[in-house]
Amino acid sequence: MEVPILRQGQYLIASIQSALTDADLSHLREALIAQVGRSRCRGVIVDVTALDVMDSFAVRTLRDITHMARLRGAETVIVGIQPDVAFAMVQLGWTLKGVATVLDLEEGLAFLDGRTKERVVESKPKKPSSRG
Amino acid sequence: MGEELRLPIAADVDVVEARQQGRALAAVAGFSSGEQTVIAAAISEIARNILMYAKKGEIILSLVQNGDRQGVSVVAIDQGPGIPDIERAMQYGYSTSHGVGAGLPGAKRLMDEFEVDSVVGRGTTITMAKWRRAI
Ligand SMILES: Nc1ncnc2c1ncn2[C@@H]1O[C@H](COP(=O)(O)OP(=O)(O)OP(=O)(O)O)[C@@H](O)[C@H]1O
Ligand SMILES: [Mg+2]
Repeated sequence: MEVPILRQGQYLIASIQSALTDADLSHLREALIAQVGRSRCRGVIVDVTALDVMDSFAVRTLRDITHMARLRGAETVIVGIQPDVAFAMVQLGWTLKGVATVLDLEEGLAFLDGRTKERVVESKPKKPSSRG
Repeated sequence: MGEELRLPIAADVDVVEARQQGRALAAVAGFSSGEQTVIAAAISEIARNILMYAKKGEIILSLVQNGDRQGVSVVAIDQGPGIPDIERAMQYGYSTSHGVGAGLPGAKRLMDEFEVDSVVGRGTTITMAKWRRAI
């Protein structure tokens, strides 16, 4: 089951439509990283609303996507983790460490807008500060 | 009781099928949808281990009853290489495949009963169950 990846402005949006096999998840990771490089986008949204479970492989893949995209200059945010799925994750002691998660697509877009603005500010040459 | 569902595990689509069947059975047993997801996640972990370490095997799902408690039983059987040191394999972070080593300890945490039986060179059987909380 291929996950469609849409481009919206400077962001890529991957919407998972159904349960995914490990191979599907790996494929999504490769496709996203390739597209981040090609399109020079600033942000990635992965919508996991339709994902049936968040098991160790899914958690690892989402973490990998986040880290690999960051190396290529894009921030990632995961949207739509269902309450049931979150419940299982908490019991497993799994946190998506270092991975941003928000409620839905709208919040995801707002999050990325905030993050990419921060980056622009950060990358302006700074005057030497008096802080040690 | 009685009815059991035997699901072959030999490809990654089988892992998805097994956890979805497990979820459906948990729904029949009256588990909440949060608990259904918990059971599905545990099945996903042990089914993936079968595929990864033994290449193929089987998951057997059934409804179980203990007094007036209902539950779901999951048995995972393979004739793979077996686990030499079960105690270590159950530790979080132990992995022979550069994994996270979270599968077995995670599944144990998710279920109420969890037992590993393994003989090197013969295979591995994991038996687990989850019971519905009495209301
Ligand atoms: N069915 C099996 N047959 C043989 N060895 C197994 C089996 N299941 C687990 N093991 C062994 O137990 C170890 C721990 O398993 P566990 O699922 O906890 O972690 P993992 O598979 O290595 O990584 P993760 O599940 O976090 O991706 C494995 O690395 C493997 O050596
Ligand atoms: Mg595993």
